[in-house]
Amino acid sequence: MAMRDDAREAEAVVGNADSGEPGRRGSGELEAEVLAALQRADAALTPGEVKDLIGGDLAYTTVVTILSRLHAKGVLARHKAGRAFRYAPVSDQPGLAARRMARVLDEENDRAAVLARFVSSLSESDEDLLRRMLADSSLADPDLGG
Amino acid sequence: MHVAIYIPLLIPALAALAARPLAARLRPVAATWLLTLSALALAAASSAVLGMLALSALLRIPFVAGVGHLSDPVISRGDAVSLPVAVIAGGLLAAVAVTASRAVWRRAGAIGAAYRRARTLPGAGEIVVTEDAAADAYTIPGWPCRIVITHGMLSALAGEERGVLLSHERAHARNAHYLFTSAARLAAAANPLLGPVAGEVGFAVERWADEHAAAEAGDRKLTARAIARAALAASAAPPDRDPAIAALGLITEHEQGQPGPRQAGRRRGRPGPVPRRVAALLAPPPGRSLLLLVAAAALVIVSGASAAEAARNFHQLIELAQTSRG
Repeated sequence: MAMRDDAREAEAVVGNADSGEPGRRGSGELEAEVLAALQRADAALTPGEVKDLIGGDLAYTTVVTILSRLHAKGVLARHKAGRAFRYAPVSDQPGLAARRMARVLDEENDRAAVLARFVSSLSESDEDLLRRMLADSSLADPDLGG
Repeated sequence: MHVAIYIPLLIPALAALAARPLAARLRPVAATWLLTLSALALAAASSAVLGMLALSALLRIPFVAGVGHLSDPVISRGDAVSLPVAVIAGGLLAAVAVTASRAVWRRAGAIGAAYRRARTLPGAGEIVVTEDAAADAYTIPGWPCRIVITHGMLSALAGEERGVLLSHERAHARNAHYLFTSAARLAAAANPLLGPVAGEVGFAVERWADEHAAAEAGDRKLTARAIARAALAASAAPPDRDPAIAALGLITEHEQGQPGPRQAGRRRGRPGPVPRRVAALLAPPPGRSLLLLVAAAALVIVSGASAAEAARNFHQLIELAQTSRG
């Protein structure tokens, strides 16, 4: 049920973009919409079927580009059926799809700028410092405040 | 024009120096609000001053003066701004307009994309656990915000520590922290001197979330330990991500115009944000620092007052020039 809602929302997003150019939206958003549509579908789909599913404002070639990009990223599997490829999500498991979507999101720096990460990356000296702090949690470096 | 007009251009440099000590000593909620609002006010004041300086150059052009019915001699006598300064100000103002509008455009697009992404994440719950072996956890802005936690991160933490992680991310989600960091980033786009202030806003919202988690857990040491262990786990099993986006949670190096991970640009030997957060939790909670707040607010008020005074002088000058002409 949740999947169905997601796909409907993805369609709504495409529909809203009628007045604007599809190119205005980031490629990552389009990828997410295509992925959501494929997750809703039970079977592997051709680019034409994907295009029909997500709405009218996308060019066929754009859909093909997005599908092959997602395939290159390992998000979609594909097999030859007749003259066209058919595409399906690599796994239906929500977790895996979420991870892959998050990775697609990460690929665009501007998008990633709005994520609130629990921990940022550490330098080597940060790692040493943290290990020492864990070993003696009463340790507090007086320099840290400034 | 009075020399006070230059004050709003200099105060952001002071604010950049003061931001880190303020973020360390104030309560995180107060620090977040103070630094964000200061950044916005200082950026507005400095942009307004650039505008006035540039306008004074424009009025020297006889044609423009004629259109405005202004007296040339009055304008030249009354204006202490040298022409090169005014021209430079005009150039800076144009640059500010371009970078600020680009920043607004890009950030609004990113937030919009995140909202759509939060909706299209699988499942209906707030929390999405992924099968990823890498240790990572983050909140995606949205309505509602979604929290993504990897399996790797969950298995790196003990039961109570997971609770800390969840309260921390929930604090980000509930308080729309991305709005603070985005506003500060916008201010820094309008005045690059405010870059360090924007960076400290990123730190302050992390501290805000940390203190919230510590209060919910009722245990500062547990919270400190959870953060330290999560950071070490993420270090040992790094998430598959561009290192450039990892800095300070919300702030990307990409935006700050520096390539590579934050560590490359960090001053040697200066602890990064995670050890600072852990140390802050091991210390007693920050108390009210009314004096610091007042001092910082005074700085902003001086800046705003200088800009307002300059605007008043400028207005008087133009009126005088108009009456002399008439």
